Amino acid sequence: MSLLRVERMSKEFGGVHAVEGLDFAIEPGAVFSIIGPNGAGKTTLINLLTGVYKPSAGRILFAGRDLTGRAPYEFAAAGMARTFQNLQVFFNMTALENVMVGRHLHERCSLAAAMLRFPSLARAERACREYAVGLMEFVGLGEHVGARADSLSYGALKRLEIARALAAEPKLLLLDEPAAGLNQTETQGIDALVTQLAARGVTVVLVEHNMRLVMGVSHEILVLDYGKKLAQGDAATVGNDPRVIEAYLGAGVA
Amino acid sequence: MSRTAPGFAQPAAHRIRGPAALALCIALLPLAFANNYYYEVAVLVGLNAITCVGLNLLVGYAGQISLGHAGFFGLGAYGSAILTARYGWPPLGALVAVTPGVAALAYLIGRPILRLKGHYLAMATLGMGVIISIVIATEDRWTGGPDGMSVPPLSVFGFTLQGERAWYWVVGGCLLLAVWLALNLIESPVGRALRALHGSEVGAEVAGIDSARAKLMVFVVSAVYASAAGSLAAHYSGFITPSKVTFFHSIELVTMVVFGGMASVFGAVAGAAVLTMLPQFLTLFKEYETVVFGAVMMGTMIFMPRGLVPSLATLFADRGPSKVPP
Ligand SMILES: Nc1ncnc2c1ncn2[C@@H]1O[C@H](COP(=O)(O)OP(=O)(O)O)[C@@H](O)[C@H]1O
Ligand SMILES: [Mg+2]
Repeated sequence: MSLLRVERMSKEFGGVHAVEGLDFAIEPGAVFSIIGPNGAGKTTLINLLTGVYKPSAGRILFAGRDLTGRAPYEFAAAGMARTFQNLQVFFNMTALENVMVGRHLHERCSLAAAMLRFPSLARAERACREYAVGLMEFVGLGEHVGARADSLSYGALKRLEIARALAAEPKLLLLDEPAAGLNQTETQGIDALVTQLAARGVTVVLVEHNMRLVMGVSHEILVLDYGKKLAQGDAATVGNDPRVIEAYLGAGVA
Repeated sequence: MSRTAPGFAQPAAHRIRGPAALALCIALLPLAFANNYYYEVAVLVGLNAITCVGLNLLVGYAGQISLGHAGFFGLGAYGSAILTARYGWPPLGALVAVTPGVAALAYLIGRPILRLKGHYLAMATLGMGVIISIVIATEDRWTGGPDGMSVPPLSVFGFTLQGERAWYWVVGGCLLLAVWLALNLIESPVGRALRALHGSEVGAEVAGIDSARAKLMVFVVSAVYASAAGSLAAHYSGFITPSKVTFFHSIELVTMVVFGGMASVFGAVAGAAVLTMLPQFLTLFKEYETVVFGAVMMGTMIFMPRGLVPSLATLFADRGPSKVPP
């Protein structure tokens, strides 16, 4: 059974059809990439998939449940975690605390337990801290464990968001342009990280402009153009599709 | 080189060191007190500090605003006053009944208004505070109206708490408790959720935090702090008037939080201390008192925009031996 299924989903912004009539499914363990020119609706789609936007029409089924119209925290509770193209870091906290927030769903505690600091909570907090430190090391932020989030470089913040998302141990991880705005070395680092996640069998939705990475890691690629599906399939199918080549390289070449 | 900055939640050692330093302060302060007047001012500082520590959870940590918290202070004060003076309840019983009552009311009011953001939330809480203050001023059958009403002293199991000195220790203990609870909260998953939604609400939501629920919860907690301080204040002064329930007092409370330092528990205490004591000193300036008060406020916010405690902490941290040249 598919992990995620989208049926006839559309999103309109005052007459602009950012996403129009999309149908697709994502299988567990797959890397599902979304590509398309700027303004194609990729970020809008990620926002729809994670509940940040409510669809104008259509349905989202995730892990066997209909989540259409639910709040983002309910999507998270169902097993989704994501990063943002334009960063949503908690700059008022330390880098480590950012990742610890990612564990929120595993760290539920009552108000009384929190205010009276029950011993069980103190133990859970230590475990949470260790888990978060481990993830920071995994994404290559080991030396920034004690740092304030606002002292990190842009590249480090991109990694921090990935660590925060992973902390939730999600069933589905959505990455919106994880390498956008990074220099070449940093981009290679992110590529390696995504490849590593894919190899581990994490189900990933990836929005990315780096074609070498996309073609290399994806099991399935969805090509968007003006909010509509232009093509869908594996790397070979999509890479040889004349409509995709045209959309990317301009009509003159095709 | 990056280090954990002041104003950020501090690791375990600070959770113990801070309250220990405060306890020491409370214990040693009376050595400098020349007469009962000092105790009186200290008790007022303590009561304001309790309210501000709670308000700071809402304003400084969760990033929400309330311009009506004097209303909750007033509800606590008048709730205790009415139950003890008019119905003969024991003061402790009244406190135990009034506090959850105010919590329930804060929950009911908070549910619709905490969906608002920024200026709209400010307006809504302002309206809430004004309504509470009008109700208290007009329902004179119960509250005595603008003339106020007298309140029996705080007595527990036949022992009556009287005199500024005794009150000093009780309020000091309550403030310590208030600070300890707040520090625990901030350093817990619940507190992280609050700080996260301040940092990025959408970032918090996609991490699984129900931001509406979290905001409502901290609103109720801060109302409970204010209400408890109000109940204590009513019994302490023995006579209450609507003057402490006004819009002006709400503004004063927020000012103390901002002045002391948002997202700093000890900042809230320091802000309450300075701004409660300042007017006492400024009587020297006679008719220019309010002008000097305003000038001190403006100067602090211009030169220490993050508030007293975070700014000073940074200053000392930068001069400390751990400083690494950039
Ligand atoms: N919140 C919004 N309000 C109005 N229009 C939006 C909003 N978000 C996206 N859009 C519009 O939807 C279209 C797709 O944008 P986006 O999803 O960001 O594209 P991409 O991520 O593929 O570059 C654009 O025309 C954009 O202007
Ligand atoms: Mg985008």
